[in-house]
Amino acid sequence: MIINGVTIDKTFAEAFPMKATRAIITAQNEKWAMISAQAMTGFATSVIACGCEAGIERVLDPSETPDGRPGVAVMIFAMGGKGLAKQLETRAGQCVLTSPTSALFAGIDSDKPIPLGKNLRYFGDGFQISKVIGGKRYWRVPVMDGEFLTEATTGQVDAVGGGNFLVLAESQPQALAACEAAIEEMRKIPNVIMPFPGGVVRSGSKVGSKYKALGASTNDAFCPTLKGITKTDLSPEIESVMEIVIDGLTKEDIDKAMRVGIQAVCDLGAANGIKRISAGNYGGKLGPFHFHLQEIMA
Amino acid sequence: MTALTFTLKQEPAQRVDLSPLVCQNLTGLSATEIATLELYSGKRKLRADELFAIEGFDAQNIVIKNSSVKLDYIGKELSEGQITVEGDAGAYLGLSMKSGTITVNGNAGIFAACEMKKGFVQINGNTGDFLGAALPGNKMGMKGGTILVKGNAGERAGDHMRRGVILIEGDAGDYCGSRMTAGTIAVMGKTGRYTGYAMRRGTLLFWNQPGLPATFNDCGSHTLAFLPMLFASFRQLDSKFADPSTAFNRVKRYGGDMAEIGRGEVLVRI
Repeated sequence: MIINGVTIDKTFAEAFPMKATRAIITAQNEKWAMISAQAMTGFATSVIACGCEAGIERVLDPSETPDGRPGVAVMIFAMGGKGLAKQLETRAGQCVLTSPTSALFAGIDSDKPIPLGKNLRYFGDGFQISKVIGGKRYWRVPVMDGEFLTEATTGQVDAVGGGNFLVLAESQPQALAACEAAIEEMRKIPNVIMPFPGGVVRSGSKVGSKYKALGASTNDAFCPTLKGITKTDLSPEIESVMEIVIDGLTKEDIDKAMRVGIQAVCDLGAANGIKRISAGNYGGKLGPFHFHLQEIMA
Repeated sequence: MTALTFTLKQEPAQRVDLSPLVCQNLTGLSATEIATLELYSGKRKLRADELFAIEGFDAQNIVIKNSSVKLDYIGKELSEGQITVEGDAGAYLGLSMKSGTITVNGNAGIFAACEMKKGFVQINGNTGDFLGAALPGNKMGMKGGTILVKGNAGERAGDHMRRGVILIEGDAGDYCGSRMTAGTIAVMGKTGRYTGYAMRRGTLLFWNQPGLPATFNDCGSHTLAFLPMLFASFRQLDSKFADPSTAFNRVKRYGGDMAEIGRGEVLVRI
């Protein structure tokens, strides 16, 4: 398949089941809601070493937030429910509770509630106040700037993590420009995050390493500087490869995000140095979710 | 289906215990079975059809017409459905109710909605002492649900209250929120003496400055983020509390009762 001069490989991205949650951070203004959200979703690019994958889903209008202030929706993905709960709580405690004027609310309903502010309330040292409003429990924790208002729990849902595609370009600036265009479009899709810096990862990995201590190492088949000395997957004109990783609540959400992202890359086309779109997988043996590029773009 | 309607034939000589006439008890009963239900009145037992003219079939929608202050325990332990009282209700309205809705288009007596667990009680007139409180000797009053009083409430509203919301559009008597453990009481009118007496936790929300015991301390003026959410949760009510123009988020906060653990708060609109 070729779109605007860009070859779409007959391959697929392989993704895994994850657990996910969403939280809504509000603040006096969008600037401070965003600062808090950026802190909460920092160092959360990959479960390999961060414990979770997290990102900002979108900015919320005051009419969409529980307390009528500007807000930001963040999503956190982890391999299991326990890990997710721990990451959510520590990040909420260190990054939202501490952030001036912030408040924190559930962003998703499910029959599996996980603590949001339920345990953060103990920071109040006995001065915290519970309020049940509209059937939901909130905690008012006295802090130095006033009160930190937080919902007690949010929901945990089954999700999908690790959807991806690779952008193969004739130069590094062209690969990055294409990825930026893709991310801009993908951020309009609900229920997904692209957890890597700016949504783009330049150090895609393969499973395993020559070093026993490492479980993953550089994806040498897609490293352009190794074309002559490894079993490469790159043709001579490819000088740079970048990857976009997508976590989503459902396979369909990731499908949509991949479609608009790849389309944005293809819109730039061969004329802008984009040669191929490929994807990362493990032969289909590890992850139950397969995203076939040509089917998505059909 | 038409509402199951009990129309009081005449004012009873003694007080009557109406606790058997709740939706969950009457569902599935025939008209004859309902007519022969026995109701205690003083030391006598009266058949339901001696006291009431009974019409209609829908046991999930009970109407008590021509009601009197002598009809006690209306909606006791109600766990489903709706009871509408046309006229006054006696004591212990909605005692320990578990779910459902009770509406009184008149006044209610003492201990209305006391030890209520869940559901919604609306009293369109006034109500007596111990609204949403605990029965004498008990330690826990209302544990959940919402009470809306459009008129005035008597003394000791929310005594020993544990959870839930009491909304009073009119005035509240002395000892409002006394011995409260948690929950919220909002009063748009005036309040009497000893407000929040021996309060442990919970929120008293007032539109007018109350007379507070000396054991409540001024914590200053604040803008509280939870108040707009609390007021927004009242929007569905047929009440002044639903009117956005009555809402506020700027309050003077008093902490107390310091003679107790002092974790309660009185919030007064600025």
